[in-house]
Amino acid sequence: MDSGRSDRIPVALKILIAGGFGVGKTTLVGAVSEIRPLQTEEVLTDASVGTDDLSGVEGKQTTTVAMDFGRITINDDLQVYLFGTPGQDRFWFLWDELAYGALGAVVLADTRRLADCFPSVDYFERRGIPFVVGVNCFDGARRYSVEAVRSALDLDPDVPILLCDARSRQSGKEVLIALVEHVAQRQGDPVRTH
Amino acid sequence: MRTDPPGPHHEWLDDEAGPVVRPYAVTGGRVQPASGKFDLMAFVVAGPPDEGPQPPQPEHRAIIAAAQRPVAVADLAADLDLPVGVVRVLLGDLLATGRISMYEPPASRQFPDDDILKAVVNGLRAL
Ligand SMILES: Nc1nc2c(ncn2[C@@H]2O[C@H](COP(=O)(O)OP(=O)(O)OP(=O)(O)O)[C@@H](O)[C@H]2O)c(=O)[nH]1
Ligand SMILES: [Mg+2]
Repeated sequence: MDSGRSDRIPVALKILIAGGFGVGKTTLVGAVSEIRPLQTEEVLTDASVGTDDLSGVEGKQTTTVAMDFGRITINDDLQVYLFGTPGQDRFWFLWDELAYGALGAVVLADTRRLADCFPSVDYFERRGIPFVVGVNCFDGARRYSVEAVRSALDLDPDVPILLCDARSRQSGKEVLIALVEHVAQRQGDPVRTH
Repeated sequence: MRTDPPGPHHEWLDDEAGPVVRPYAVTGGRVQPASGKFDLMAFVVAGPPDEGPQPPQPEHRAIIAAAQRPVAVADLAADLDLPVGVVRVLLGDLLATGRISMYEPPASRQFPDDDILKAVVNGLRAL
C-alpha cells in the first residue's frame, strides 16, 4: 500500500431509513447525502420459482430490487452510509442483510397513515436495533403531538420521536443526530429495555 | 463503467419488483462467489498490480481500478452500476487470485465507541 491517509480503511457506519410506502425515505436520503441507486438482487429459490432445475445456475432467475443508497463523509476515516429499506413485504429478506451490523434506524411515519410504519417499528424493536421515529410533516396533514404518536405506536419512553420534513437537509440532519445520540445514550445503559 | 445513462429504470421505487432478469450473465451464470463473504460495508483494496493473472473481464478490471483506494462493496456496486450479488461474485474471483484484499466489518454486533459517535454528531452538525 502507498502511504497516505486515503489508504486507511475508514470506519463505516450504516443507518437504515425505513417506513411505509411513500413516506419520504428517498427524499430524506437525498436531502442529507449524495443519493445513488443500489441494485440488489435475489436469486429466486427453486421453491419460489416452482422448479427444481439445477442443471445450470445460469438458468436461475433473479429479481432485482433497487434501494436508496447514500453516503455522508464525516472525514477521511469516518463514513456514514444510509440505506433506504425497500418498502414492500416481499423484500423482508433484504432487511436482514441491511440490518446486520447497522448502527440504527430512522423510521419515518406519516400521521395520516401511521399504521404503515408498524412493521418497521416491530422489526427494529424485536432485534434490539436502536431507532428513532421521524414524523414527516406533510403539508396539510393533521399535526399530532409527539406524545400522541408515541402512544399510538406504543413506543418506549426512551425512543426519540421528532417532527421532521424529509425535504429539508437541516431537518434530516437533526433526525440523524438524534439517532446517533440515542445510540450513544443506550450504550451507557447497562440493561436494555427490550 | 456505466453502459447506459441513469434512466427511469434506475428510479425503481416500491411499485413493483423489478423484472425477472439475468444480471449474472457477466459472471458466467455463477451466483456464489468463489471465496469470501463481502458484507455491503466491507472494504476492498486492490493488491499489487502484478500479482496473479490478468483478470478476465472488464468488470474485474473496473473493480481493480476503483479499488486503488479502499472502497466499500456497496460503493463499488453503485459506482459500477452492477447488482451487489454480481459484484460479490467478481470480488470472489479477485480475492481467490490475490488481486484484492478484503476488510470485513467486525463480526460481532459492536457499537462504535463514544468518540466515534461524537465525531459523527459533530460531523453531521457541520454538514
Ligand atoms: N410535504 C412534504 N412532502 C414530502 C415530504 N417528504 C416526502 N415528500 C413527498 O412525498 C412523496 C414521496 O416521497 P418519497 O421520498 O419518494 O417516499 P418513499 O418513502 O421513498 O416512497 P417509496 O420508496 O415509494 O416507498 C414525494 O413526492 C416527496 O416529494 C415532506 O416532508 N413533506
Ligand atoms: Mg423511495
